[in-house]
Amino acid sequence: MKNIIARYRYSLLLLKQLVKTDFKLRYQGSTLGYLWSLLRPLALFAILYLVFAKVFRIGDAVPHFPVYLLTGIVIWNYFTEVTTGSVGAIVGKGDLLRKINFPKYVIILAGSFSALINLILNSIIIAIFIVINDVDIRITVVLLPLLIIELFAFSLAIAFFLSAAFVRFRDINYIWEVIMQAAFYATPILYPLALVFSQSALAAKIIMLNPIAQIIQDVRYVLITPETQTISDVFGFAWARLIPIGIVLLLILISAWYFKSRSKYFAEEV
Amino acid sequence: MSGRESAIIVSKVYKDFKLPHQRSNSIKSVFTGMFDFKKDRSVEIQHALKDINFDIKKGEFFGIVGRNGSGKSTLLKILAGIYQPTRGEVSVGGKLVPFIELGVGFNAELTGRENVYLNGAMLGFSEANINDIYDEIVEFAELERFMDQKLKNYSSGMQVRLAFSMAIRAEADILLVDEVLAVGDASFQRKCFEYFKELKQKKKTVVFVTHDMNSVREYCDRAILINKSKIVAQGSADEIASKYTRMFFDEGYEATDAKEYSRWGDGTVKYTDLSVSVSEEKINLKLTAKAYDAMESPNFGFTIKNSAGQGILGTNTNIKKQRLDQLTKGQEVQLHWTFPNILGDGEYYIEPAIVWQDGRVADWWERAKSIKIQKEEHTPHAASPSIELTLKQVK
Repeated sequence: MKNIIARYRYSLLLLKQLVKTDFKLRYQGSTLGYLWSLLRPLALFAILYLVFAKVFRIGDAVPHFPVYLLTGIVIWNYFTEVTTGSVGAIVGKGDLLRKINFPKYVIILAGSFSALINLILNSIIIAIFIVINDVDIRITVVLLPLLIIELFAFSLAIAFFLSAAFVRFRDINYIWEVIMQAAFYATPILYPLALVFSQSALAAKIIMLNPIAQIIQDVRYVLITPETQTISDVFGFAWARLIPIGIVLLLILISAWYFKSRSKYFAEEV
Repeated sequence: MSGRESAIIVSKVYKDFKLPHQRSNSIKSVFTGMFDFKKDRSVEIQHALKDINFDIKKGEFFGIVGRNGSGKSTLLKILAGIYQPTRGEVSVGGKLVPFIELGVGFNAELTGRENVYLNGAMLGFSEANINDIYDEIVEFAELERFMDQKLKNYSSGMQVRLAFSMAIRAEADILLVDEVLAVGDASFQRKCFEYFKELKQKKKTVVFVTHDMNSVREYCDRAILINKSKIVAQGSADEIASKYTRMFFDEGYEATDAKEYSRWGDGTVKYTDLSVSVSEEKINLKLTAKAYDAMESPNFGFTIKNSAGQGILGTNTNIKKQRLDQLTKGQEVQLHWTFPNILGDGEYYIEPAIVWQDGRVADWWERAKSIKIQKEEHTPHAASPSIELTLKQVK
């Protein structure tokens, strides 16, 4: 028992220092520094908004489309940051792994928490957008933390799997890059899901099997407008909500098991 | 855990490394090899450790000695939990420092102060813990004025000082000490050795990996000797230190052909044979030279150099005033040099040469042979002649 406490105390100490270090070093040397973590999603937002809302008029039917779009971008950014950052995370710490024995999952967890800090900073911009766009805040907003937890857990599960797999299969980073590019368009970030649903209900269902799509839609639902289609609307029954939860739980179990069983050999394989 | 007495028990530990013969680097091989799971990738198994058994008692200063590549560092990594044994078991009773090197996790982009907190976390210190001992750490490292500078602006000596100052604060029952600790300048080494003495006084369990037999004799209670992945001897520090010495003595006392020799000259007269015999007291060099053309009074000589390339001793026929006037084509010359073996422990190279009287080189044979010296009377000095002693107690 004492050992367990000591072990988690050690992990916690390390986690704190690794997140701090990452925070300090991330924008070191750049003039605008941390502003970049706000400017990057804003820039992407500006481009997409110009092209899809102004030129193609894709969001006309959606109330508060700018907030709607920005929310999608910020959540997607978080997911990208955690997963893409995780691919090389273990290999990048190879030097450390060969010199000291410490719980390896801390490295991945630290990446997740760094991204979470970014997500919180980005939320400030969303809040500003909400005020500017005069969005009515409803009581459903209290459900937001649950969705953030789901997002955190899902991204972490993918991160564990990718980082451990990359130690042995060095093609993973390219594969993941391609997957993420495809997934960006297969997720209702810049188009409203209703647009897909009106064409093909099946396509909408497939899209919503992706937990990120479900999370984005739910966040929009609880935060911006109840007109957002959620997974229950797409499938037509309330229990559909359990599908992504099941997927996330299953992924956590699989990747935690995979990471744990591989992590013993990281030091000699990286 | 069997037996309260043992700090570490290693039983039947084996460690194999798989060395893949080919790494797919080209884009083409990535595509052709990616889905080709059946392909028998030739993997070479390297047995780094075989059947390692020993136990370390609590409070013992335990040495692991062996040459480079013998497997001792792999063993240390297994003890630290960094590597997993392929077979066998290691059980550890007590808190073990998890690191085997100084300054783990140091980041060049952070300041000295930030690195203390980061490295501190690696060693298991919370920020509050570090706050308490921060001043001591800085003072011991003698870096008061530099703590707010980035680590990349530190000299390597400063970095080592900071790292060492941190490492000695690690609280653990069992310490793993690699010989890398004892690097740095003389005053720093003194600090290291004071620290070792302190550990010994405090009756800490220390695992010490080295190939310096002087420190084995000085600090260790017991030791094991590892050679070619196996434990070849286990016993008291003195026993192991002399076994290790003997190991070199047996295979290293005769001269071997040096691997990286280089040879130049106009080749008028050249050495055709060189044999060396070394004993505790004497060194004999026998050389045969052959004239491929006529040469006027050649000067034959040799130098013995240490592994750093410094000349230790040597002479030539000019100095000895024993000249041959004229060599005609096809003639052979034999030379036999004998001198007392005053060399200290280490590796030396024999460098014979033949030069013309005006200095032109006929044959210069750099690193022709190497000899390893390991004296029975072991001194740490460069020269180690047999020294006579008369010792009397006078009143």
